[in-house]
Order: sequence, then C-alpha cells, then structure tokens
Amino acid sequence: MRKTLLESLTHGSLTEPAPLPDDSALAELAAKVDRAAKARLGRSLAIREVDAGSCNGCELEIHALSNAFYDVERFGLRFVASPRHADVLLVTGPVTKNMRQALERTYNATPDPKWVVAVGGCAIDGGIFRGSYACVGGVSETIPVDLHIKGCPPSPTDLLKGLLALLEHVSGKR
Amino acid sequence: MGILDSIPHVQAVPSHRPWPRAVVTEAGWQAAIDRLVEGGLTLLGFWGEPAAVHMAMLDGGSAEIAVVTYECTSGTFPSVASRHPPALRLERTIHDLFGLVPTAADDLRPDLRPWLDHDAWGQSYPLAGRNASRDVRPYQFLPAEGEALHQVAVGPVHAGIIEPGHFRFTANGEHVVRLEQWLGYTHKGIEQLMQGADLATAAKLANRTSGDSAVAYAFAFARAAEAALDIQVPRRANYLRALMAELERLANHFGDIGAICNDASFALMHAQTGILRERCLRTADTAFGHRLMMDVIVPGGVAREVSPDGITALRTLLADIGEVFPRLIELYDNTASLQDRTVTTGIVKADYARQFGAGGYVGRASGRDFDARRTLAYAPYDHLSFEVPVLDTGDVNARVWIRIREVEQSVALIAQILDLMEPGEIRIAPPAGRGGCEGLALTEAFRGDVLVWLRLDGELRVERCHLRDASWFQWPLLETAIEGNIIADFPLCNKSFNCSYSGVDL
Ligand code: SF4
Repeated sequence: MRKTLLESLTHGSLTEPAPLPDDSALAELAAKVDRAAKARLGRSLAIREVDAGSCNGCELEIHALSNAFYDVERFGLRFVASPRHADVLLVTGPVTKNMRQALERTYNATPDPKWVVAVGGCAIDGGIFRGSYACVGGVSETIPVDLHIKGCPPSPTDLLKGLLALLEHVSGKR
Repeated sequence: MGILDSIPHVQAVPSHRPWPRAVVTEAGWQAAIDRLVEGGLTLLGFWGEPAAVHMAMLDGGSAEIAVVTYECTSGTFPSVASRHPPALRLERTIHDLFGLVPTAADDLRPDLRPWLDHDAWGQSYPLAGRNASRDVRPYQFLPAEGEALHQVAVGPVHAGIIEPGHFRFTANGEHVVRLEQWLGYTHKGIEQLMQGADLATAAKLANRTSGDSAVAYAFAFARAAEAALDIQVPRRANYLRALMAELERLANHFGDIGAICNDASFALMHAQTGILRERCLRTADTAFGHRLMMDVIVPGGVAREVSPDGITALRTLLADIGEVFPRLIELYDNTASLQDRTVTTGIVKADYARQFGAGGYVGRASGRDFDARRTLAYAPYDHLSFEVPVLDTGDVNARVWIRIREVEQSVALIAQILDLMEPGEIRIAPPAGRGGCEGLALTEAFRGDVLVWLRLDGELRVERCHLRDASWFQWPLLETAIEGNIIADFPLCNKSFNCSYSGVDL
C-alpha cells in the first residue's frame, strides 16, 4: 500500500506536467556551476547562508534552490550548517547594527580560501533600508564582498547565475 | 455596547477611521487594562509616539475595535505589562524606541530590560525626537537555578537558512525547563524610515516588513491608508488582492507543512510540498510579475492587472493541487513515525492562546476561533464563502492540520474569486489634500493577523505608522509550548509556529 502510494506520488507530481522550457536552460546553468566549482576548488561548493537583517524574502528564494525544480545538490552546491565548512558566505540584508558583530564573527570563522556573495538589493547598499539608524548598509561595509547578486529578491535562477559568475571570474584565492 | 462605553475617556479623535480612538486619563487607561485582564477584550496592538502610547483592543464577541491613547505628559505611562503579560515585549519596545517609562506599584515592577536595543545603534531612544542617554548594562537573562540545570545558548546565527535570533534554553538533562528568546537582530528601523515618506515609498517598506507576508502587509497598509482617506477601492482590485493573499497563504502553508515534516526527518513530504510551493511562486510570477508579489498592492487598488496567462496558470495550479495534495494528506495521516513526533508535542494551552490573542494557526489549533477575514469581514471576504478550521489539542499535529484545512479553503477561495471577478477599474488615485487623518486595518496573513495603524499629514505623507505582526503574540507562547519537551523537539515546535523575526524586529 505504502509502496503504491509513494509511486503514485512520484508519478503524479514529478513527471507531470512536461518540464517548462526554461528548465533545461536551468539544468545547463547548474551543471556549469558544478564544473566551475570542481575546476576551481577540486570539489563541490559549500555555502553558508547568513541573514544579516533581511526581510526574509531573499531567504525564501535561497531555500527554493533546494526544491525539486532546481535541486542544486545535484550540481555540487551544498548548504552547510557551519561557517567552518563553508567556501562561500551568502549574505542577505542591509546588515543591521545588531547583526554586524555576528556577521564579522561568522566571516572570521570561515576558513580561507573563502568568497562572500552579497544577495539582494539590501545587501548591496542597504536598499530600501538605507540611511536607517539601525542599519550599516551594504555587506561590503562590514566584510569584503566578491560578488553582488541583484534583485529584491533575486530569483533562484539569478542566484545560480551569480554563483556561476563568481566561480568563472574571481581570480583564484588558493 | 461599544468598547469605549465602559472606558472613561476625555475626547474622541474624529479623524480616526474606521474604528474609534479616544484619549483617556489614567483612570481610563487602568479601566482598559482591567478589561484586558478580565478577558473581556483582547490586546490587538500597543505602540508609542514621542509623547503618547496607544492600545488597540478587540471585543471578540461584537467584532468591535477601539484604540485608547494615554498622553505621557511626564514621559511615563502606567505599565500594561505588569498586569497583562501579552503587552510585555511591546512595552519594552516602546521604552527602547521612545524612552517612555512604564510605571507600576513596587510589587509589580515593570520589566525594563531592553528588547530591540542591543546597544549597537550609537544612540538611545531613536524615535524619541530628543537626545537622552540610557543606562547601558549587560543583558540579563531570567534566572533558572537548580543543581541539575544547564544552559544551552543558540544563535543569532543558526545552522539552517533561517532568520537570526537568540534562544537561551535551560535544561534538566534532555528536558527544557525554560526557554527565553531574545530577538531584535533584524531591527531595521522601519517605523522611522516611514516617517515623512510618501505613500508609495511607505507601501514598499510595508511590503518588506516580513518577506513571506509581503502581500498581507501591503494589503493591510493599503487598507489602513484607504481607511484614513475614507476611500473605497474598485471591486476588481479587492478580488485581485484576495487572489494574491490566498496564493501567498498557499505557498507558505505548503512550505511549512513540508518543513515541519522535514524536521521530523520525513524528507519525502518536504520534497513534495516544495514542488507545490514552487508552483505557487511560478504562478504568482506569471500572473502578477513577481514571485512574492511585492509592490502589486498599493494604496488605492493594485498596480497591475493579472495577466491572461495568469488566469490559466491559476486554474492549472488549482488542478495540480487538487490532484496531489489529498495524497499528501493521506501520507501525513498514515505515517506513524511522523505522528509519533507531532502528536502531543509542543502544546499551547487554550487559556494562553486566548489571553495572548494568538492569531493564525497557533490560535486556531488551540481553540481560538478568530480569523480577521471572517471576524472583521473586510472586502472581498465579506461576500466570499469559506470556513475557518479550529481545533483544540494545541500540539504540533493540530497546527499542521489547521494548515492542511486552510490550504483546502484557499484553493476554494481562489476558484470562487476567479468565477466572480468581472472586468473593471483596478485603481483610484488617493485624493489630494485630505490630510491629517488616521487609519487602522487588520489583514489575515498566513500566520495570523497583521495590524497597521497610520497617521497621514496634509500632503499625504506618513507622520507615524505602526506595523504589528501576529508573531508578537505567538513567540511568547512558543516559550510555554516547549516547556517539558526535549530540546530535540524544539526545531519541530519552532517550525510549527514559524514566527517572523523581521516582522517583530521591524
Ligand atoms: S533585497 Fe528585498 S527581498 Fe531581499 S532582504 Fe532586501 S528587501 Fe527583502
């Protein structure tokens, strides 16, 4: 019974409807991220996400990277629980003053070589929250940033494109 | 009998809509607190201004609301929290932002520990409009003493992709004796950024108060502005707003049902609901041009029409959900290892849910029959038919079931709206020059009611705006729900609440 149920679930939702046209482009994009990560790091890419005061919109889209449509783990992109295991810090939010120290500590806890990607309009320059007494405004004012990914929030595809750009263009730190 | 009939007040404020606001003296303020303590009224909101504090209260029976205002001529106000605990964090926030001091008899001494202020802003009382220095002392967690007890500190940076906050567990072996939360890490100063902003900018800020409730916040903000200006938006705009609100509710409930199961190590459910959530977001993108539907609802209506493809996409989405979701419900219901974790775990007592006026699935899983869409019947829900599911076991399982039933209701609501919606205008321009007015609105977000109160000046700029997330009255209940459970069940309890951090830190 259980087995049939699981099977029907799989059939019901994974093969129907036919993949959308942009999905193949997506798979290609993600595969490129995988190859670039291996070429640069000799292994997959471990990402530690840090919410530095975001509205949580960016997190929702970062989460979406792990759903069955994007399933980035297939391509060697892994979200890890500790900065000690990370190659990349994905930072969101206008860096609230209440989070600045935690962000610095997370950065310092991440071993070299490491990259920092600022995700979303807020993380670039504070975005709509710029000028507030409670925000530092922009991740680069607290820790060095290697890449900005625009959007409010950036879509999962934007995020993948950004990570690929990071891997292809930043000069090797190792 | 109106709420204000039993509360002595000095004068009513005529420009406050749609519910009354009145200025009270200390006697009136204490009478209002009495009504809250007795349980006759529910605290809906409690916020400050440089020289005044306001409380919004609900009479659940008559669905009436009133706001009382106490003018703090000497920089103090009678403490609400020392008599009515649900006001505590709001009261500490008022003190942090405005420097107003709650007073009470010595044996009820108000809790003045900072809440949002982590001593990092470089200034004290940022919304007070005057410079004053504050006594800075290291933050004190509440004590829990005993030989076998130990503490576990978690956060602000957590192991998953979640918002930052600090949790201090005191445990006896595996069992949690006390949990104390300390939030404020995502405090962005939204209410100050709103001051002086035009309606469009302020609406954008409201949209970004809590990303998962972008639609609900934009909806509440727009309705508060429209109440203040005394305008009615076109019928079609109301339908489009509700379409977005229900789509947002679906996306979040799918995400949460899966995430709760995932925290009980049942990843299959997470994968399946993740697909449904993504389909909702893609439908939103097709229909409204943004996956989270930000900046579509604006004061006066909606900023853009739903695309023709969008209507088709919405109908396809409903069909997909209709096909897959019943099987997922069956799977949830028949998986003993999952039920083993969710049944009787993290119980919120019905008394607490009532006292705190807990909204959303937290309240409704513990017997509190309140849903702003029905109790306050705002457009277009006033002529849509739907049910509000209520359970009374108050555990993780009940919160999952409320969400499951709400998914079914949202699907039916979207279908109804698609059938009822007729062509027409979608936006009217806010009238110029009708300033100096105040509005209050409540909108049902996926996790409970969002309250927005605002005052506009003569040029339709925001003079003061307060946004209150449902989480204010849910977070403290999470502290009670975890007591006696094991630490390992915390993620499960926490996920079943899914309280907002950004929405309460502001
Ligand atoms: S960029 Fe936009 S979605 Fe991301 S945290 Fe900032 S306001 Fe939210």
